[in-house]
Amino acid sequence: MNGSPELVCPAGNLPALKTAVDEGANAVYMGFKDITNARRFAGLNFTPERAREGIDYAHRQGCRVFCAINTYPQNDGWPLWTRAVDQAADLGVDALILADLGLLEYASRRHPDLPRHLSVQGSATSAEALHFYHRHFDIRRAVLPRVLSLDQVKQLAAASPVALEVFGFGSLCIMVEGRCYLSSYLTGESPNTHGACSPAAHVRWEEQDGGLSSRLNGVLIDRYGPGEQAGYPTLCKGRFRVDDELYHAIEEPTSLNTLELLPELQALGIAAVKIEGRQRSPAYVREVTRVWRQALDRLSRTPSTFQPDPAWQRALGNLSEGTTTTLGAYERRWK
Amino acid sequence: MLELALGPVPFYWHQRDYETFYEHAADWPVERIYLGETVCGRRRDMKLDHWLGLARELRAQGKTVVLASQTLIEAGADLRALRRLCDNGELPVEANDMSAVQLLNEARLPFIGGAPLNLYNVEAIRLLAGSGMQRWHAPLELSRQALTALLTALREQGLALPCEVHAYGHLALAWSARCFTARRRGHAKDRCQFVCRDDPQGLPLFSQDGRRLFTLNGVQTLSAWPQDLRRELPVMAEMGISSARLVVANEPMADVVAAFDQVRRGQPDHRDPLALVDEARCDGYWHGAPGMDRH
Repeated sequence: MNGSPELVCPAGNLPALKTAVDEGANAVYMGFKDITNARRFAGLNFTPERAREGIDYAHRQGCRVFCAINTYPQNDGWPLWTRAVDQAADLGVDALILADLGLLEYASRRHPDLPRHLSVQGSATSAEALHFYHRHFDIRRAVLPRVLSLDQVKQLAAASPVALEVFGFGSLCIMVEGRCYLSSYLTGESPNTHGACSPAAHVRWEEQDGGLSSRLNGVLIDRYGPGEQAGYPTLCKGRFRVDDELYHAIEEPTSLNTLELLPELQALGIAAVKIEGRQRSPAYVREVTRVWRQALDRLSRTPSTFQPDPAWQRALGNLSEGTTTTLGAYERRWK
Repeated sequence: MLELALGPVPFYWHQRDYETFYEHAADWPVERIYLGETVCGRRRDMKLDHWLGLARELRAQGKTVVLASQTLIEAGADLRALRRLCDNGELPVEANDMSAVQLLNEARLPFIGGAPLNLYNVEAIRLLAGSGMQRWHAPLELSRQALTALLTALREQGLALPCEVHAYGHLALAWSARCFTARRRGHAKDRCQFVCRDDPQGLPLFSQDGRRLFTLNGVQTLSAWPQDLRRELPVMAEMGISSARLVVANEPMADVVAAFDQVRRGQPDHRDPLALVDEARCDGYWHGAPGMDRH
């Protein structure tokens, strides 16, 4: 029997990191306070000093720390990224999460003993792609983009040369990560190069006729009626007009929740479940980590009869965008 | 002289429309033609043999022909089709995913690195050059300035592989598991009934205040308007860019190719001056701005 997958939780800052550790994460992932990581938000992420404190805290409690350096360096910024890799190694992180080919090569040459994980930004969706990264950079693990059905994950798990990590819960990125330029088309800043999608500096809210409009670099993303709950203007979750019909033409503002798939993911030998949300509060991290810890513990005790607790689903539902969740691409119907 | 390359058709057409299109393209002043289905594995009526047939005719007309691989590989069937494409035995392949890079590298075949490979720096290009990459397409969002710096650094390091730039056509901005066209038409992706064929130029998506924002094309999201860098061709030539890639969009392609050909030959652009500030164009990325901008 496979053990239950390990739980990898977001650490957007030191309080979130400590919370995730306290609530039983097996590993946390963090990034530095610059454009080297794909979750660059004002007020988030780690200086080397805070990272050291967080790593010490996690290690004292047997929790590992992964460092995401998963944007794509351009030539003039190259030293910033290699410095981040060296710094993470010096700080004693347990793995690097990388996407760029050049940086993977650098890390494997300079720090051969420091495990490398392929970031979801690396867009690897086939065993062949994973073989390439494994052969050239000896990656230990790959995080899968949220575009594969459960059946496709199964095929991949059977043929993959490396351990797989899948997204379990959180904001649903419905485009192949690492290959989405929608945000940069509107704002000039892309997840690949600047580490941010729909960056806050470009967001503007406007009140009119009792309603609220959200704009991203001047482009109207959504309009909300009086009393209607407004979401962050992630542009793929806005309401647009196609054929004169107004709707969420790309995706509704919902969150991914795969709690009910846990027995199947375990049976496939998935190594880890990742919780999205480095931009979320420590309170969010506490609640999600607690629920998923309980779920994974129950899974490991009673794999054959595992059922998600309705209370867990309610708790996760309340933390979700639009308080609704989806199985996303894992479920063929979604497509 | 800067080479003109015709990129793969992003849209789903009827077989006879591809045939007619390439019959005409054989006479256009483009030196290089990329063939194949890069967007969706369900668009299957053009089999590999059909593409190879077209390729032979185009080669007979003196064109360099390349087969372009699918960008998002999801199902086993995608991988099997990719394997057949890489094993075609006749034509070079443009790898648009690392799956193709691996297959081609394993078979010791040279390849072209497509834009979705995200080659932003010298080290990434060096790595793939060592794996058989002989030519590469710059990431769409690289500015002229960033690309100039990268090309200079590559030359300094003896890695001056031919580089292509997306000079005309909608920008391929995203790929998803979800088919937005099927979703719009109320079909499940698995039973899509190939409705994207009803929109041979994609399905326009507008913001609520009527601004055209994106173009839905099955599982792919394209920019609203074509990027048009025709005025930049002399700069591109100076930068050492090898070819300007033109991708079919909303204007007659023969006219687009003719206009680019004219500019690369140093002849003035005779279009109506108003057309030069055509709102239905974008070129922001090239100028270091949001991709949707016009300069």
